[in-house]
Amino acid sequence: MGVWLMAGITFREAARKKILWTALLAGLGFLVVFGIGLRFQVGDLQNSQVPPFLRYQVISAMLIIGLYTVDLLAVVMTTLTSVDTISGEITSGTIHAIATKPLHRWEILIGKWLGFVLMTAVYVAILFGGAVAEGYYFGGVMAQHPVRGGLLVFLECIVALSVTFMFGTWFSTLTSGVITLGLLGVAFLGGWLEQMSGFTEGSRLAMVGILTSLIMPSEALWRRAAFEMESPLSGALQFSPFSDVSIPSGAMVGYACAYLLVALAIAVYHFGDRDL
Amino acid sequence: MRKVFGGKVAVRDLTLSVRRGEIFGFLGPNGAGKSTSIKMLLGLAKPSGGEASVLGAPAGNVEVRKKIGFLPENFRFYEWLTPAELLHLHGRLCGVSSARLSQRVPALIDLVGLTPHSNKRLQNFSKGMMQRAGLAQALIHEPDIIFLDEPTSGLDPLGRHMVRDIIRAERDRGATVFLNSHLLSEIEITCDQVVFIREGEVVTSRDMHAPEEEVVNIDVRAGKISPDCVWGLARWTTAVEVNEEHMTIKALSRACLPDILRYLVTSGAEVYQFTPQRMSLEELFISVMGEDRGF
Repeated sequence: MGVWLMAGITFREAARKKILWTALLAGLGFLVVFGIGLRFQVGDLQNSQVPPFLRYQVISAMLIIGLYTVDLLAVVMTTLTSVDTISGEITSGTIHAIATKPLHRWEILIGKWLGFVLMTAVYVAILFGGAVAEGYYFGGVMAQHPVRGGLLVFLECIVALSVTFMFGTWFSTLTSGVITLGLLGVAFLGGWLEQMSGFTEGSRLAMVGILTSLIMPSEALWRRAAFEMESPLSGALQFSPFSDVSIPSGAMVGYACAYLLVALAIAVYHFGDRDL
Repeated sequence: MRKVFGGKVAVRDLTLSVRRGEIFGFLGPNGAGKSTSIKMLLGLAKPSGGEASVLGAPAGNVEVRKKIGFLPENFRFYEWLTPAELLHLHGRLCGVSSARLSQRVPALIDLVGLTPHSNKRLQNFSKGMMQRAGLAQALIHEPDIIFLDEPTSGLDPLGRHMVRDIIRAERDRGATVFLNSHLLSEIEITCDQVVFIREGEVVTSRDMHAPEEEVVNIDVRAGKISPDCVWGLARWTTAVEVNEEHMTIKALSRACLPDILRYLVTSGAEVYQFTPQRMSLEELFISVMGEDRGF
């Protein structure tokens, strides 16, 4: 009961403070630009001598790049909107009126986490679904496994959310935001290094990429999502930066799930144990 | 209870008991450990040593919190809520039924004087209005014990009067009120028992209904007070100040009062007024805590 009350109030807070609407507005702006770009590209390709199968691959690659933008927007939005919820309420003392109610501390934390999970789900569904629909409507292309891809992007957001919550039980809003975004940056760089290693078959570069994925598996989840969504031909011909050069395994997805659960468990434990 | 933050002792050795149904004043200078002690009693902070029980259960027990109300110092809450939404949320967190809340919320909003502002969001509230909303959320579930941490710090005189009435009404309902305030005059007219703490230890306590036993100030108006008469008072007093017909006497004990009065009359003084003064809480506070040491 307490968990769902906290989840509801967290979701309502995001809506009432216009966080959700602002993020959605920015996302819709992206969809408009992406739709216009797709339409122009399709028109240009139709007026050119490019063979139809190649046109399809180019539009597919464009769709993947659009979905990568959705992925980045969703992860950053998740981090920025949730970073203040634990640390900010501890600093301001707002938490005192809640933590003295007949609730276990884990109910407060998990309730807030669920509220943000719900908000992130709405956000990813609208943006990801919108980008996929635009790809189909304007370009006639469909991601190979859009549901799998969408779930992996959602999982990536939840990993970022859990890490943000974990640091929020220790540090101030600013510090936990800086650490989480820093980790996402490291994962971003590591992912690209691992991708680059595939072109040169450099094992040392690949090792750096794998290590960064173990430290923060967010980018690995995106590359797995890209693999699931790209057409096999497009991936093999390396039409997009996310072609099948270095594909994170299913074990990495399992690792990311375990990673987020551990981060959440640490957050629950530390929030329950600390003085408020 | 004891609480240490790093190497700093916030509460050294706090031992106290509060009777059910009384208004308990918790006094001390800044940094005495009052808020930390309240946090430990509410389960917001864990004691480094010792233990406490509230309503018969260990401090912080989740079930017992259904019977506890708390107004934090500088109450803050989600600013996008209206007072009614705030009370509904806190009521539901305390397990109050929707039917009960539909009656209780408007009544409480009225009680704390927020009816004209019931549709405004908290972000538009002054400090005093937030304090009123915070007081209402502390009472929403009709708790058995209410912790009020500086409940009148942001209120005007009318607001303070309202809080006093509410505290008394809660005591009459049977609730215990644990009151932390710097406004000693209010504590004095409201509380049944007070304790003074310094550096996390109880320095002294006072039962506000018990007869005075310690040194008593006597306010005397009398004529024909001779120097010899003043000297003769020394056997029952620690100090005597004379200003024309006004004399202030610090008597050794309440038991000395008849002897002093008898002596004054037999010494030829014309006594118009002889009024024993109970030491005010403020005087007691200063005598117990000493001068301001920059806490």
